[in-house]
Amino acid sequence: MDIKNMKNYLYWLFCQFELITCSYLMEPWEKVLFYTFNITMLFMVLYTAYIYVPIHISTAFQFSRILCSKHETTYLVVIWTF
Amino acid sequence: MANPNAVCNGHLHHHHHQKQNNLLKSGIYKKNGITKGMKKNGVSNGTLYKKTFIEHFEQAPMYVAVLTFLGFGVGTIFGYLRDFMRAWGLEKRHIAAEREQQKDFVPLYQDFENFYTRNLYMRIRDNWNRPICSVPGPQFDLMERVTDDYNWTFRFTGRIIKNVINMGSYNYLGFAETDVNALKTVTIELQKYGTGVCSTRQEMGTLDKHVELEKLVAKFLGVEDAMVFGMGFATNSMNIPALVGKGCLILSDELNHTSLVLGARLSGATIRIFKHNNMQSLEKLLRDAIIYGQPRSHRAWRKIIILVEGIYSMEGSIVRLPEIVSLKKKYKAYLYLDEAHSIGAVGASGRGVVEYFGMNPDDVDVLMGTFTKSFGAAGGYIAGKKDLVDFLRTHSHSAVYATSMCPPVAEQIIRAMKCLMGQDGTTQGLQRVRQLEKNTRYFRRRLHEMGFIIYGNDDSPVVPLLLYMPGKIGAFARRMLEKNIGVVVVGFPATPITESRARFCVSAAHTREMLDTVLNALDELGDFLQLKYSRYSKASHPELYEETRLELED
Repeated sequence: MDIKNMKNYLYWLFCQFELITCSYLMEPWEKVLFYTFNITMLFMVLYTAYIYVPIHISTAFQFSRILCSKHETTYLVVIWTF
Repeated sequence: MANPNAVCNGHLHHHHHQKQNNLLKSGIYKKNGITKGMKKNGVSNGTLYKKTFIEHFEQAPMYVAVLTFLGFGVGTIFGYLRDFMRAWGLEKRHIAAEREQQKDFVPLYQDFENFYTRNLYMRIRDNWNRPICSVPGPQFDLMERVTDDYNWTFRFTGRIIKNVINMGSYNYLGFAETDVNALKTVTIELQKYGTGVCSTRQEMGTLDKHVELEKLVAKFLGVEDAMVFGMGFATNSMNIPALVGKGCLILSDELNHTSLVLGARLSGATIRIFKHNNMQSLEKLLRDAIIYGQPRSHRAWRKIIILVEGIYSMEGSIVRLPEIVSLKKKYKAYLYLDEAHSIGAVGASGRGVVEYFGMNPDDVDVLMGTFTKSFGAAGGYIAGKKDLVDFLRTHSHSAVYATSMCPPVAEQIIRAMKCLMGQDGTTQGLQRVRQLEKNTRYFRRRLHEMGFIIYGNDDSPVVPLLLYMPGKIGAFARRMLEKNIGVVVVGFPATPITESRARFCVSAAHTREMLDTVLNALDELGDFLQLKYSRYSKASHPELYEETRLELED
């Protein structure tokens, strides 16, 4: 029964999205266009996050490790790997 | 209990406290460290208001405004897209266009001006202009219509939706009825006079019915004389030019009705606008007008007239009449009060805002009102001193050129007014006024408790419920119709762009069950559409806690 409540809740969330962005008022082909655009943008954001967030975190970690260490003549070497 | 003063707009809160502080300084003083208590109900003498004046104009949380603009942004982008497609022939044009041979001429139809109408209004157009096919009482019958091409054209299926609860008609006292006994005198007059008058007041259109009606209106309002006109809108727009002209100053409220604005513009006088119901703004304008005079010559103004309404139909707020009257007396200006929505609807015996505040009708120079709303008829009146009305009888444009009121309609007003005054031998009129007051209070209280944002005064039967987002306007009206309730929703040109609303008009003819049906539907719909934006609501189901509260108090 939790699946049914979950589905109702998701449907209700989808309705809220439709009302807020006025896609409730659009004709079907406009809706297709709008959702395609939104899903493409979302996908690109997630893909970029997947690629770059680990690198950014490891770089930030190295940077903070070098700052905390007591060697004064250490040069800041940042390793970029692909 | 939530403190009602907490939700008042800044000015009222400040103003109320100022008045109370002045009282403490002057009359009521400390004795042995104990302040003399003020009366519990209302305010003591020395202030202008005999009962508390509570108005709500709560602002929604910030995210609501952001999301509203987001919705309008998406709508605008798609509007541009559709216009582009229409301009390049990718889509059929449904709007008016010039002929091929005239394409090089000066354009007749400027495409961009109606951008909003074409792209946003058309999508939800099925919620307006719905044809009804019965009397607009507390319930009515609706003709069902469907659209095949997204609201550009409609067709009727032939089915009739029966007994839709009517929350949109201005039927405040319930006089829009088809009961044969009630309409007996109207039928007699219809058979005696027919329907048409075929003349203007000054030619051959003044009937004995008009004279009788004018005497009755004057007696009802407590003034010397009155004059009636065939149409309420025309009463304003045709009589203000007769009263003021060039060299006069009109101070008009920000949210005045189009008929007042049109009449003011037609008159040729200078118009200055003060903020809605804001007495500081009005006083500043009055002082500037008297100090600086007319714009270039600095002569004194020939006349200064203040145009206000009794109840503002989009906000549900009531005018601050005592303060305006004291201002007008101090600065020697004239007051024109348009009681279109308030006559019959407020006041202990239905005589309008003048009675609601307990004031003398002689204080208002021109009392104007309409018979469309509370009396179930059509037409308007202007009442006041005899000199004023005699002047209007000769100089009003409406008297010279417009057809006068037709006799059966005049008889309907006469019977409704006699019922209100108690002259037909029953207490039905007073009962209706009391019922309207009870219904208004109940409806507003329940809506506040549920957590909706409602504008306006606690005593006004016009209840605007704020919707804010453009997508919800269409969804709200359609779903309410599915539940068999007819509502009126209002959007951009009539209201500010972020504050679209649904406007309910409570009627004395609504029974408790009808109001409860509507309130339950609103509750459900409010949860589904997330319309409960208020931050000051009480618990959503107070009756669940009633019993436990009683037990704890013991």
